[in-house]
Amino acid sequence: MEELRIVALNGNLGYGYDITSLEAGLALGPQLLGGDAGSTDAGPYYLGSGTALVKREQVRRDLGQALIRARAAKVPFVIGSAGMAGGEPNLQWVKEILLEIAREEGLNFKLATIHAEIDKALIRDALNGGRITPMEDVPALTENAIVESERIVGQMGTIPFATALEAGADVVLAGRSCDTAIYAALPIARGYDPGLALHMAKIMECGAQCAIPLAPNDSLLGIIRKDHFLIRPLAEQRICTPDSVAAHTMYEQGDPLVIYEPEGRVDLDQAHFEQIDRQTVRVSGSRYTPAAKLRIKLEGARRIGYRAFTIAGVRDAAVIRNLDRIEETVRGAVRRNLQSSVRDEDYRLEFLYYGRDAVLGELEPLRHIAPREVGVLIEAIAVDQLTASYVLSLARSSFLHCPFEGRKTTAGNLAFPFSPSDMAAGAVYEFSAYHLMDVDENMQLFPIEYEGV
Amino acid sequence: MATLESLADVLRSKNAGPFQITIDIMFNDETAYRRVRSADALNPRKVAEVYKVAPEQVRIIPFDRVRAIKITMPRRWGTRGSGSGFDRDVYGAQQHGPLCDIEIT
Repeated sequence: MEELRIVALNGNLGYGYDITSLEAGLALGPQLLGGDAGSTDAGPYYLGSGTALVKREQVRRDLGQALIRARAAKVPFVIGSAGMAGGEPNLQWVKEILLEIAREEGLNFKLATIHAEIDKALIRDALNGGRITPMEDVPALTENAIVESERIVGQMGTIPFATALEAGADVVLAGRSCDTAIYAALPIARGYDPGLALHMAKIMECGAQCAIPLAPNDSLLGIIRKDHFLIRPLAEQRICTPDSVAAHTMYEQGDPLVIYEPEGRVDLDQAHFEQIDRQTVRVSGSRYTPAAKLRIKLEGARRIGYRAFTIAGVRDAAVIRNLDRIEETVRGAVRRNLQSSVRDEDYRLEFLYYGRDAVLGELEPLRHIAPREVGVLIEAIAVDQLTASYVLSLARSSFLHCPFEGRKTTAGNLAFPFSPSDMAAGAVYEFSAYHLMDVDENMQLFPIEYEGV
Repeated sequence: MATLESLADVLRSKNAGPFQITIDIMFNDETAYRRVRSADALNPRKVAEVYKVAPEQVRIIPFDRVRAIKITMPRRWGTRGSGSGFDRDVYGAQQHGPLCDIEIT
């Protein structure tokens, strides 16, 4: 039977995986080993700063063991969204680790590096030409937001991956990518049904997250054939069931029945899931509709200031009863103290009360019930680190000594766990762009660089 | 009457991108799923009221195949998306709380 076998290393490069699962997968002679290294989940900081969430040693371990085994088995190894955000510094960071491993292990291969940062001028032209659409619940893109962004990446679809593999790359290291492109590019290029390929890829991009017991830090096998695909965890102790695989399309998706990708949409309402042995689920009926025009999702991050924060505990019942009044007094005291030196618009100060309503704010239904203990987090964001730390320092000392009616704890309102109590937390970013851009084609946006390692 | 939390087997929230929150309510038991699915308490107007968003911004999508209900709405915290200034929940993983105590007939 004609089929393609694909192994997903894990759900995120750096999360770890079971070596025996990877080896079991490679023993099946797959046509591709893939790994997803990125997400926007941890916030805009990683795109803005060009750094990674996972530590260098984590990436080295995950990448090294997989690279050595993939090369020995002569299986192409594809990594998408390198370094979390998939921007140029993120990509170069992973490439440097990859080359270091290759040098130490004496590995030789053809490497394709695919870049994903998009030229701002191109985005500005698209904005002016009416070719930018915000994602749902996202504010409109402005020229300012583009200019002020540290960088803007595009999520590449399957074409750049397919091109690199077609050119004979043994290792493909890509910047920001659609998670599905990593796994769907090869089957689509080989003529398999794009609906099945994208659906399979959607399941595979989280590693064995769709298995029982679930594990984003373990490997998964996908086998695609003419009219169906199979999903199976590669660890003996895990199984997939029709429910566990079907339910996976719920995860982190706004709509459980449709997968949207640059190439088109996949409708899952007719998808059929069937158990065929202890571990394996067979999926069919995922229906593909090509997109009317090619659209790339943009992600941009811009710096909005610098953060300083402190955290302290409160056990005194009168302080807990008076938190809102104390906060108001502290805000007033900070403003008066800063009057001659820092303008109101150059900083912002907020207070979170853990134990009361820090997680849900005004949505907390039980915020009127006074807890016995409260954690106070004071956060200042200002135009520079010095100002943020200055504002925080004033707020902290004002809170500690703030008078209020009926106060008996006259030596201090807060219990600090640390000395020093204040943290200078560095730059703060926000997602300046999370928009779709209409494009004519994929390749110019995502240039591929080939080299012999 | 029973609370939604007591009827559901999975009740979780998560980011669906940096600007939306998605809540999954999943049931092992078909009867419990049917009961919640047909309950009047879980409609866009009610959810919007609890989360202080506009009713037209709330999408409720049942997924019969796996006995699950998905609720998607705009994220409430952060100056502009997840992980921006003054966010409360970067991953959006603890935003299902206000639904837990909704009474289902």
